[in-house]
Amino acid sequence: MKALLPILTVLSVIVALWYAAAVWMNAQWERDQAARAGTEVTFAQLLPLTMSQDRPVLPAPHQVAVGLWDGLAGQAITSKRSLVYHAWVTLSATLLGFAIGTTAGILLAVGIVHNRAMDLSVMPWAIASQTIPILAIAPMIIVVLNSVGVSGLLPKAVISAYLSFFPVVVGMVKGLRSPDAMQLDLLQTYHASRAATFWKLRLPTSMPYLFTSLKVGIAAALVGAIVGELPTGAVAGLGARLLSGSYYGQTVQIWAALFVAAFAAAALVAVIGAVQQVTLRRMGMAR
Amino acid sequence: MKDTSNIAGPVVEARGLGLTFQTGDGPVHALKDVNLTIERGEFVSFIGPSGCGKTTFLRAVAALEYPTEGTLTVNGMTPEDARKSRAYGYVFQAAGLYPWRTIAGNIRLPLEIMGFSKAEQESRVNNVLQLVDLEGFGKKFPWQLSGGMQQRASIARALAFDADILLMDEPFGALDEIARDRLNEELLKLWARTGKTIGFVTHSIPEAVYLSTRIVVMSPRPGRITDVIDSPLPKERPLDIRDSREFIEIAHRVREGLRAGHSYEE
Repeated sequence: MKALLPILTVLSVIVALWYAAAVWMNAQWERDQAARAGTEVTFAQLLPLTMSQDRPVLPAPHQVAVGLWDGLAGQAITSKRSLVYHAWVTLSATLLGFAIGTTAGILLAVGIVHNRAMDLSVMPWAIASQTIPILAIAPMIIVVLNSVGVSGLLPKAVISAYLSFFPVVVGMVKGLRSPDAMQLDLLQTYHASRAATFWKLRLPTSMPYLFTSLKVGIAAALVGAIVGELPTGAVAGLGARLLSGSYYGQTVQIWAALFVAAFAAAALVAVIGAVQQVTLRRMGMAR
Repeated sequence: MKDTSNIAGPVVEARGLGLTFQTGDGPVHALKDVNLTIERGEFVSFIGPSGCGKTTFLRAVAALEYPTEGTLTVNGMTPEDARKSRAYGYVFQAAGLYPWRTIAGNIRLPLEIMGFSKAEQESRVNNVLQLVDLEGFGKKFPWQLSGGMQQRASIARALAFDADILLMDEPFGALDEIARDRLNEELLKLWARTGKTIGFVTHSIPEAVYLSTRIVVMSPRPGRITDVIDSPLPKERPLDIRDSREFIEIAHRVREGLRAGHSYEE
């Protein structure tokens, strides 16, 4: 509750700046319209005009709010104009890709920690894979997968997995290697096998690192799903909404889709954060 | 688990033992020409300043370090074979309990790894909690216990699988003096009850003299034994014995040994 006032203050400042920017950026179009009609437009007239354009350069906050409301609550959930429908399309690819990426990441990390050959060879490739711009790879992945008959959800999930496996690998390798020498010595005095050391020591101590990586990974997976929707001349999903909005100059549509994507990302990270709190508290490792 | 309690011969035998670490600054002679025999049922303390090799010796017995010269046998076998036959329990300076397990769960850790049945685990955990006076704390988590209690749980963990050797590396070093006194008394009672052979590394002269039947004084550069003192004190020792004349004489002799090994010089 104490944090409420500062947060509201910052939000108000942002909204105020947004309105000012909207007036400023949309004014040129109004002036051009007025010049075409041979009239002049005063500042007092500019104000309301710039905040209610059909295709503004920068939509005003209330316009975005109306667009959001319309998209979320004003449409039947199954209709192609419903943001809920599009959000679900993107989210389903995100969640599937996240699951695949996390599993792959954990398996790779286990391999890297236990196998010297993998330790030396996998990391450089993993890092290299992330330096290639995803916007370049996404169309290739989609085209290749479509040509073998895999289309729809799975190619987007693959792109999401591609972006989300890397933080998991990095975090889990660090986490699996985090037990200190004393703990490892203790297990040596019990003559514990490597598997026993893994299940009883390495895996539990890596939990805090895992959750941190999951938070980064799920945001990356959402980005991957949206990027995956762009190349196919997008039909459904938030990426599709963004794309069609930019084709037809529907800036309010773009901003509304953007906000839904942002809320979705925040919600996903918050869910992981909640699971993290509960799990780490039960494991006595809550910070 | 092999029953080694009727194996004849010394528990630990070191002959000409040497351990040299190769570091970036050149070789470090952690142990040089160490000759020591530890018999069954003894309580042997190792005392000396930092770098004198006492921890290294204990770790060599535990097969956590490997000697570069000489011979070392534990229960008549190589230290590694002794480790494989689960001949000893090791207690570190920090309790090192897992925060995600209860105290009972922590004590169960070696039992799970060594393959004891669930029923066995249950009964052993209860026995050993009683032994260290932590009955009723099985379901608590480590953060709910004080430092002294955590260390007792760590000792319980080392006793759970009936190893007849207990190796303790400055276990009470991180505790305050009052907790230390209490734990010293409890350790002696434990030793009397279980008859284990105990190797105990410490920095504290009073602690070494109070606890042991034999005191091994070591000094650094290179790590070696300067004196081995057989304690004439009786086995039953109240804490007050630390004010007696014999105690002070032994402590004096320890200090002389440390001085002879240049432990008090830079």
